[in-house]
Amino acid sequence: MNLVIEVAAGAFLALGTVSVLIGSFGIWRLPDFYTRLHAAGITDTAGLSLMLIGMMLLAGWTLVTVKLLFVLLLILLTSPTATHALANAAYTVGLRPLGVPHEDLPEKER
Amino acid sequence: MMIAAATVGLLVAMLIVLIRAIAGPSLYDRALAVNSFGTKIVLLIAAMGFLTGRPEFLDIALLYALVNFIGTIAMLKFFRYRHLGVASTPKDKAEGAR
Repeated sequence: MNLVIEVAAGAFLALGTVSVLIGSFGIWRLPDFYTRLHAAGITDTAGLSLMLIGMMLLAGWTLVTVKLLFVLLLILLTSPTATHALANAAYTVGLRPLGVPHEDLPEKER
Repeated sequence: MMIAAATVGLLVAMLIVLIRAIAGPSLYDRALAVNSFGTKIVLLIAAMGFLTGRPEFLDIALLYALVNFIGTIAMLKFFRYRHLGVASTPKDKAEGAR
């Protein structure tokens, strides 16, 4: 049983690390601000959740698991809010997504 | 062992995001990179707690997650309104009641 939990924790941690790396690579290489926001979402949801679940499995039923759960819930609530604020601020200032057709832009910007 | 590998992966990811934070063409790219960097720091603090056998580090991770969120929102607010006080809405400006 102990070995099963260890292997599961290792798998969760490995998957989470790979997700974090993919998200970071997207932030580095994607061409446009809005596509980079999309890549950052992978880090904040898949990577963070999987890594924290792996650590929870390593910690067992202790206070540490509760704290990890709090970190997970807090970031799952605040990260979309911060991303929405970023996208809203960028769009208000006038940054437009790459490759939007001319007729899909707002009326006054054509 | 697994935690050490995860820590190394996190450090590499942080390095990659730091490139975007330095090179990012617009202000919002930098803000996004710093926000993502903060999320990775939270994970790194938690992993370091497990690595050194002191999971009490998680309190610091929780606090860092809060500060990261508030900092991002404050930075965006500052760059839109150029001060951190009470922001005047466009309606206020139209009425001249600033």
